[in-house]
Amino acid sequence: MYRYDSYDQSIVDARVEEFRDQVQRRLAGALTEDQFKPLRLMNGLYLQLHAYMLRVAIPYGTLSGKQMRKLGEIAAKYDKGYGHFTTRQNLQYNWIKLADAPDILAELATVEMHAIQTSGNCIRNISSDQYAGVSADEVTDPRPWAELLRQWSTFHPEFTYLPRKFKICVIANEEDRAAMRLHDIGLKLVLRDGQIGAEVYAGGGMGRTPMVAPQIRDFVPEEEIVSYLEACLRVYNRYGRRDNKYKARIKILVHELGVEEYKRQVEEEYAHMRELGLNPPTEELDRIRPFFAGPAYETGLSDDLDRSDPAFALWVDRQVAAHKQPGYAIVNISLKPRGGIPGDASAEQIALVADLAERYSLDELRVTHAQNLVLPHVKKADLHAIWQKLDEAGLAEANLDLITDIIACPGLDYCSLANARSIPLAQKLSERFAAADRQKELGELKVKISGCINACGHHHAGHIGVLGVDRKGVENFQLSLGGSGAEDASVGQITGPGFSEDGVVDAIEKVTNLYLAEREEGERFLDTYRRLGMKPFKEAIYG
Amino acid sequence: MKILTGNDLGTGDVIWWAGDGWSRQVGDSVDVGDKGDELARAEEAALRVVGAYVIDATVTEEGVRPAHIKDRIRALGPTVRPDLTLKPNDADAGNWVI
Repeated sequence: MYRYDSYDQSIVDARVEEFRDQVQRRLAGALTEDQFKPLRLMNGLYLQLHAYMLRVAIPYGTLSGKQMRKLGEIAAKYDKGYGHFTTRQNLQYNWIKLADAPDILAELATVEMHAIQTSGNCIRNISSDQYAGVSADEVTDPRPWAELLRQWSTFHPEFTYLPRKFKICVIANEEDRAAMRLHDIGLKLVLRDGQIGAEVYAGGGMGRTPMVAPQIRDFVPEEEIVSYLEACLRVYNRYGRRDNKYKARIKILVHELGVEEYKRQVEEEYAHMRELGLNPPTEELDRIRPFFAGPAYETGLSDDLDRSDPAFALWVDRQVAAHKQPGYAIVNISLKPRGGIPGDASAEQIALVADLAERYSLDELRVTHAQNLVLPHVKKADLHAIWQKLDEAGLAEANLDLITDIIACPGLDYCSLANARSIPLAQKLSERFAAADRQKELGELKVKISGCINACGHHHAGHIGVLGVDRKGVENFQLSLGGSGAEDASVGQITGPGFSEDGVVDAIEKVTNLYLAEREEGERFLDTYRRLGMKPFKEAIYG
Repeated sequence: MKILTGNDLGTGDVIWWAGDGWSRQVGDSVDVGDKGDELARAEEAALRVVGAYVIDATVTEEGVRPAHIKDRIRALGPTVRPDLTLKPNDADAGNWVI
């Protein structure tokens, strides 16, 4: 894992003290809310429905046990005993007092964490693959580049006031676990002729105008990735629509200019930058890379497992993924218990996972965009002990990528932007489809729920997506089918008129029943939908 | 009726204008008539509230009821965490917001 150097630590510490002064001035009346709001947002502090909400950055979703423990301590000390893991691999506290915020940031700084770039029209926290560094088929660990981009983008003076927020994702696999093409810029690291570089995708995103990012560059050599991104950002910064918030994202610019014209302008800017020799020093990437070199794995470990306990075997089959190192496994921890709140974890659960990471996962864990957790370096011999501890804490649900592994934004229960509640619907679906054999029969089926058009719940990318809307003060839910955030990325299509909360649960059941009746050998729900199209599903829903 | 709500500047708590100060209970709200915006500006300037705004509400048998579901959820608390609402012992309290 990356460790702060003295420069990283000093800028984070300085930021805490700066914000402490700003909070004191606000509480003393020296700053109005209009003056203070952009300052608090630059430190991840929002004002939501019930209280201030603090969003903490978890760069590329990677954490140490110590960092995770600190998140749990803050939840217990300053919040109401829990935190919410988000679809950008971050963590949100829902009940923060303004005067406590600087102390919380100071505590985070002691474990090399902060809330910078979790709000505002800047380059946000970089996201990545939760299996980075441990997946057998990746080209390279994408996190050194994610870390380089974090350093490049942190307080970048040119990109602090972009037309809108800007999200970057870096992966290094054919299999996309991070919704890379639904980002403003997605990088897929590839190996060409023995050289690492990146395929570059630009102009993806969700929100009210969902778009899958087109590829704008087939290959950028690794030492030029930052410069190329800088060129992409410069064109966007110059021509992005600042006159209309709803048309200000880069996806609109790319769409309105056309991909070829956007590419042409980026290439022109890039050629100019190359002349100036603005690539970051390769020594910095060389300095970062060893932090991600991989832990000292034991060798000669057995891959055998005692599967005599059926509940354990069920959990292993669903939650454990192959690791690149013989004798090791990747453990997915579900934060989607039956009838639970997707992404929520109590302070005690957070502390337990911190303990497990330290004891069993070489002091490392990950947060996924699907609001789950990962222990990336687990000896297979330890799986049973881990499962028992997770089970005792209510964290042993075996539903990864199944219909109850639902992504849901906080919705109208917490969020001031929301139009409808996402969580109660997720809970009803979780109960309706709780039977393990039914979930297994349905197979991979990604349900994603957003409480408003901003799409924090990624509903556009759901095999089954639900968007909550406000219909004359009453919650209403639009159903969409056929979305995907994976390597086969697509945007779901709305089925037709919306439903009540109970109505959309029934509609989803009808959709799944049709899938079971019509699927062909080996087809996932998404495959069947793509083969059949919307019509039969629409008929099943609306009659 | 028109009632005034916002968040406590320091704690972020949802608060309601009760005539002589702010209350955590929506039931204490009073009709501010056409004085809401002026009151909001004065209270914000006095650092007692942030993000104050006027909403429509009605008086029902159960007390003051904000017209919009968002404000009813603000008044009660998150419906998915009854323990964190203003009625932690009422498991059905969430029905009030619908």
